[in-house]
Amino acid sequence: MMQRSGTFDFTRLRAQFIKEALSILRDPRSRMVVFVPPLLQLLVFAFAATLEVRNVDIAVHDQDAGRWSHELVTRLDSAQFINEVHHVTSSQELRGLIDRGKVIAALDIPVDFSRAIAAGRSGEVQVLVDGRRSNSGQITVGYLSSIAADVGAEVSSDAVPSAPVVVRNWFNPNLTYRWFIVPGLSGILALFSALLITSLSIARERELGTFDQLLVSPTSTPEIIISKSLPALAIGTGLGLLMMGAAVGLFRIPFSGSFWLLLASLVLFILSVVGIGLMISAISATQQQAILGAFSIGVPAVLMSGFATPVENMPTLLQWLAQGIPLTHFLIIVEGSFLKAMSPGDILASLWPLALIALVSLTMATVFVRGRLQ
Amino acid sequence: MSSAVRTNPSVRAPVAAIRRFDPARLRALVLKESLQAIRDPSTLLIAFVLPTVLLFLFAYAVSLDVSKVRIGVVLESPSASAQALAATFAGTRYLDVTFAHDRREVSEQVVSGRLRGFVVIPQDFERRLAERSGQPLLQVIADGSQPNTANYVANYAQGVVQTWRAGLGAETPSAAVVLNPRYWFNAELESRRALVPGAIAIVMTIIGTMLTALVVAREWERGTMEAVLSTPASVVEILIGKLLPYFALGMLSTLGAAALAVFVFDVPLRGSLAALLLLSAVFMVPALGQGLLISSVTRNQFLAAQIALFSGFLPAFMLSGFLYEIDAMPAPIRAITWLIPARYFVSSLKTVFLAGDVWAAFVPNLLAMGVIGALLFLLAKRATRKNLEA
Repeated sequence: MMQRSGTFDFTRLRAQFIKEALSILRDPRSRMVVFVPPLLQLLVFAFAATLEVRNVDIAVHDQDAGRWSHELVTRLDSAQFINEVHHVTSSQELRGLIDRGKVIAALDIPVDFSRAIAAGRSGEVQVLVDGRRSNSGQITVGYLSSIAADVGAEVSSDAVPSAPVVVRNWFNPNLTYRWFIVPGLSGILALFSALLITSLSIARERELGTFDQLLVSPTSTPEIIISKSLPALAIGTGLGLLMMGAAVGLFRIPFSGSFWLLLASLVLFILSVVGIGLMISAISATQQQAILGAFSIGVPAVLMSGFATPVENMPTLLQWLAQGIPLTHFLIIVEGSFLKAMSPGDILASLWPLALIALVSLTMATVFVRGRLQ
Repeated sequence: MSSAVRTNPSVRAPVAAIRRFDPARLRALVLKESLQAIRDPSTLLIAFVLPTVLLFLFAYAVSLDVSKVRIGVVLESPSASAQALAATFAGTRYLDVTFAHDRREVSEQVVSGRLRGFVVIPQDFERRLAERSGQPLLQVIADGSQPNTANYVANYAQGVVQTWRAGLGAETPSAAVVLNPRYWFNAELESRRALVPGAIAIVMTIIGTMLTALVVAREWERGTMEAVLSTPASVVEILIGKLLPYFALGMLSTLGAAALAVFVFDVPLRGSLAALLLLSAVFMVPALGQGLLISSVTRNQFLAAQIALFSGFLPAFMLSGFLYEIDAMPAPIRAITWLIPARYFVSSLKTVFLAGDVWAAFVPNLLAMGVIGALLFLLAKRATRKNLEA
């Protein structure tokens, strides 16, 4: 016990590293489970995660059947974002379709719609929107409004097209959601892999009883920490790189920043995750506790990191808390590196908090593990 | 490894005779499993602490309602009307405005993420305003690296200019077609009301699939599963004994989450409690079945955790329509979502909380969850038998 604090031996470290790496990668099933599901998930979720509105169904109850309602319905039929327009004959039916979630919005065109327009007044259309889908509902209403404006332009050709502003989107001209999702998702999937692997590392030894053997061996605490961190660090970084490679090669997302700075950030990011994983592992008595602990930390961290929804939408207190999450800073770096050609100065602004978190979490992990050893 | 369990065909018949269903034995098994579950602090963490944290985060942290967008306003024109428009931007509740006189000042802040976009009031603003030609009045630059926020930047900027122009009293012709949108079920348009009910599905997936997969995988890993199977207790009894406590835990957790949603997070429960409980109970069937299947196939806690994460939790989060619209996904992925039980549960939950008891929507969902659940249990049973014969 006494020698443990001072000694540090590279041969021993190497042997331990090999042992740790083998314990994860020896079993072909766990080898597969470490690499295949994250890559599959990237592929599926890259297409699934979108806040755009497409292929929605709309219902129309046309009581007017006049010239302008016909014009409106024709335009709806050919609208890109609509999958199918359901034509119904009663307001009852309209409500039913909304209730059952069959349509996201329903237009109720009144009897005097065309007459009002012909008389120079406004033709008013009631639009019922499914508030259960509040974000998409609002976007749908936006699309419907521009269709209504097009019909309006048809009515009086002298009306000035109402576009007071011209909008340009930097970094992502067509607002492709995938360009936002894929780089961030690579970070998240690498995070979960590294977190699960490290959180199990010590807990598994304790559950199997081999941790006691480690105690009586001449290994020092830093050696244990390093040998337990390195495999997860290598796997997490490798996975991250692989997925970012897929982002560029497969998803054709432009990469405009510095690769080496991104790599440095990735390593620091995974290191801070490894530190958190080791802390969880040190306080868990069983593998089950370790996994559930990792999960209870990992999921809220991802939710608050700005991946699902922006950090700036959160209350101030939670925004401060989010600064302590490594993923928050890594997301800024990875998105900046891919799309924004972020300058080294801006990257460093997010890199030092990452380094700080890594330092704190690894130090605490050492303290926790040493506490376990004594 | 399971030579002790491998039964000789000749002795199988008497064994089957012993393995009749026995309520007393079942009660003992359920009691044992419940105690085991409750004694582990990590069970309570996952069943009660994590759901509370998750619900809180979905209520307050995960918000699609962009409340204060940080934008820059570049004043290139010194005219009075340009100043007035800039002041309107500054006075808008949804915007947090930084003023500048040069685009370069703000464009750097868009790259660093300090600002989400900026508006340029051009030098010839006065002339453009007077001419009323088709020429746009302003240029809006949005940070496309955050697509959803970029949409809001553009829409808010457009809205501010329109209200400002309307305020000028200029004879803007009234539109020929006017849409009057009415948002049903969620008139305030708070994304929280739609997210919190869906979050219950995530919580139930964690308890049903994750926790069950881990617990049963541990038994296999330690060999205690085989020990239990070699006792007179029948497979059905053992499985019910194992799953019933987690079923109860899941239902309790649902009740707790529903109470939190209604009393703390201000989400209405417009449907009946009975419908909510029925939906949750039926959802537990595929959730538990999936956990059981994962554990029987992997028989290893690390593998079970990884697979439960990637096949249970993440799909429930990403492919269920909870946050991301299923309609907007490409056809092959929409096809995958039909296999995700959480998909049916999320849409039912949103309906039972926000709309009411719409049985026309519930019945197909209940059937789908039941069928997927039955299928998963069938597969799990086969996998268990295979384990014993291996």
